[in-house]
Amino acid sequence: MAWARSIVSRDGWLEAAERLRSGEWSLLGLWGERDVARMALIEVKTGECRVLGIVCEASHFPSIGRLHPPAIRLERAMHDLLGLEPDGSPDTRPWLRHDGAYRFLPVEGESLHQIPVGPVHAGIIEPGHFRFTANGETVVRLEERLGYVHKGIGALMTGAPIERAATLAARVSGDSTVAFSLAFARAVEDALGLEVPPRGVWLRALAAELERLANHFGDIGAICNDAAFGIMHAHCGLLRERVLRTAAASFGHRLMMDRVIPGGMQCELTDEGARQVLALVALARRQFPDLVEVYENTASLKDRTVGTGILSPALAQQFAAGGYVGRASGRNFDARRTPGYAPYDALEFDVPVVQAGDVNARVWIRIREVEQSLGLIEEIVNRLPAGSIRAPLPLPRAAQGAREGVALVEGFRGDILASIRIGVEGRVEQCHLRDPSWFQWPLLEAAIEGNIVADFPLCNKSFNCSYAGHDL
Amino acid sequence: MRRLLLRSFVQAPLTEPAPPADDRALAELAARVNQVSRRRLGRTLAIREVDAGSCNGCELEIHALGNVLYDLERFGLKFVASPRHADVLLVTGPVTVNMREALERTYQATPDPKWVIAVGDCARNGGVFAESPACVGGVSAVLPVDLHVPGCPPSPIVLLGGLLALLEDSSTGTPRGQGGREKEGGA
Repeated sequence: MAWARSIVSRDGWLEAAERLRSGEWSLLGLWGERDVARMALIEVKTGECRVLGIVCEASHFPSIGRLHPPAIRLERAMHDLLGLEPDGSPDTRPWLRHDGAYRFLPVEGESLHQIPVGPVHAGIIEPGHFRFTANGETVVRLEERLGYVHKGIGALMTGAPIERAATLAARVSGDSTVAFSLAFARAVEDALGLEVPPRGVWLRALAAELERLANHFGDIGAICNDAAFGIMHAHCGLLRERVLRTAAASFGHRLMMDRVIPGGMQCELTDEGARQVLALVALARRQFPDLVEVYENTASLKDRTVGTGILSPALAQQFAAGGYVGRASGRNFDARRTPGYAPYDALEFDVPVVQAGDVNARVWIRIREVEQSLGLIEEIVNRLPAGSIRAPLPLPRAAQGAREGVALVEGFRGDILASIRIGVEGRVEQCHLRDPSWFQWPLLEAAIEGNIVADFPLCNKSFNCSYAGHDL
Repeated sequence: MRRLLLRSFVQAPLTEPAPPADDRALAELAARVNQVSRRRLGRTLAIREVDAGSCNGCELEIHALGNVLYDLERFGLKFVASPRHADVLLVTGPVTVNMREALERTYQATPDPKWVIAVGDCARNGGVFAESPACVGGVSAVLPVDLHVPGCPPSPIVLLGGLLALLEDSSTGTPRGQGGREKEGGA
């Protein structure tokens, strides 16, 4: 499905904000380019996607966050990165820039205490700061402060050749390296009108599903581990390692970094590789059901996950939460379906959705998605088309001018948006990559409210938002 | 669950033999580690991991060290929750400007003697992010680094080789270059 692109007037921009507020449209992204603010939108009912832009006068544009809170952090980031001013924004504090003292939101009331956590956490995880305000054991408010791993990826991409920008895109969030490479590549191909050979398309989907599998195995185990149930962690960790070793054997890299490139795939899947992938599916089908049974039948574990960290369907819908976070709270959305992309239109799979919105629901969505991915992987390997795996990038032609492209890809965490403009010399003029975490992090603040502090790791792991992907 | 436990009970251990300690790493270390520290540490190292701007790829592989196939703790290597309990800081990422202070403070909070291992290509010199003004560019720009483990990200086997090199060198003063082999069996 092609994306409609337009530059709108102030009235058109505000009308879009109103439609976001009313829930008619969902926000897929909001970013700045020198003197233009852009946002990507999807119409909830029809799944129609569009990109709107507004020319900023003296770096000002009407705030979307004023009417639609999910845009607030994106606007704060736009201000920090490009100096664009969202007029009327309810929150003008810096977000990715960390110079100077930071003002946390005030919390008033009796018997409250604060617990500052991070940026360096106790586990092997990424850095971020959490400011808990608690009444006894109960969390009254959590406020996140992110941006610690901001590397300036957007700025590094500007002016870079496509190959170099692809290398950077693969390192936005290591756990989603395939998905980010795919989003970037598809945006480039959209801009250049490049057709990827069918075998390349299918191999990309194979890599993407292997990545989803590895991450879901890791997450299911890690969530149980945060409920002090180590045996699930051990067994799921083993399955994850099997996936990574299969990836190394079939694609030459455990995380499959730099394997998906603009134009197609960087490497071929050999017959031996295909055999190993099928063996992995068989192994997982043998071992995973036992683990699901353990999860389902251990009362002490369910006691921790059921009813913990509930995210309401209304909030999930408002923030257009992607992935298991949205689907565990009733939001039936998967970028592989809507707007959809090849080869998923030719493949059969279910998109599991439940309503409960608690930690348990987010575990179950992952379990169901593991089963779906195993089926997809098997089908992809068995039906893999023959032929070449990549098309060469066309040489830039000055007559065509700058070209723009956009893509939405379903990573394991949710939908990743990539938007790119390629200049006349074939260099990247501007590229924006939006991680699903942008719309999930704020929801974690809501989900933890009223829970005990000790359940935070559990809630946090069940969201498993990316710091690197968010901070860029 | 009973079935799962029973099966684990009867099957052979999944844990795999250790890789040899990285020779290059041993040579790099020898100059840094003195005899006094070696005696004090014994055969165990407490490690504090610090992400200083990584894409989280390195974290995934460091995590994997704990799974049953690599089983890091059998070597006396252990990840700890606080720098105050640590002998080693395992630092990843190109060191972002926003993480610089936190990294410095983590180092200051770590008691002497201490070692710093820079993990991954970004941690060496900033890697693909080297030119960014938002990055300081490599751990050595902020802290004295004792050992580099290369890779993007380094695989668990490579990480283990690097860590074992540190253990060999810091605990027994094993002559350089012939570290891991003899320790393998007892490990």
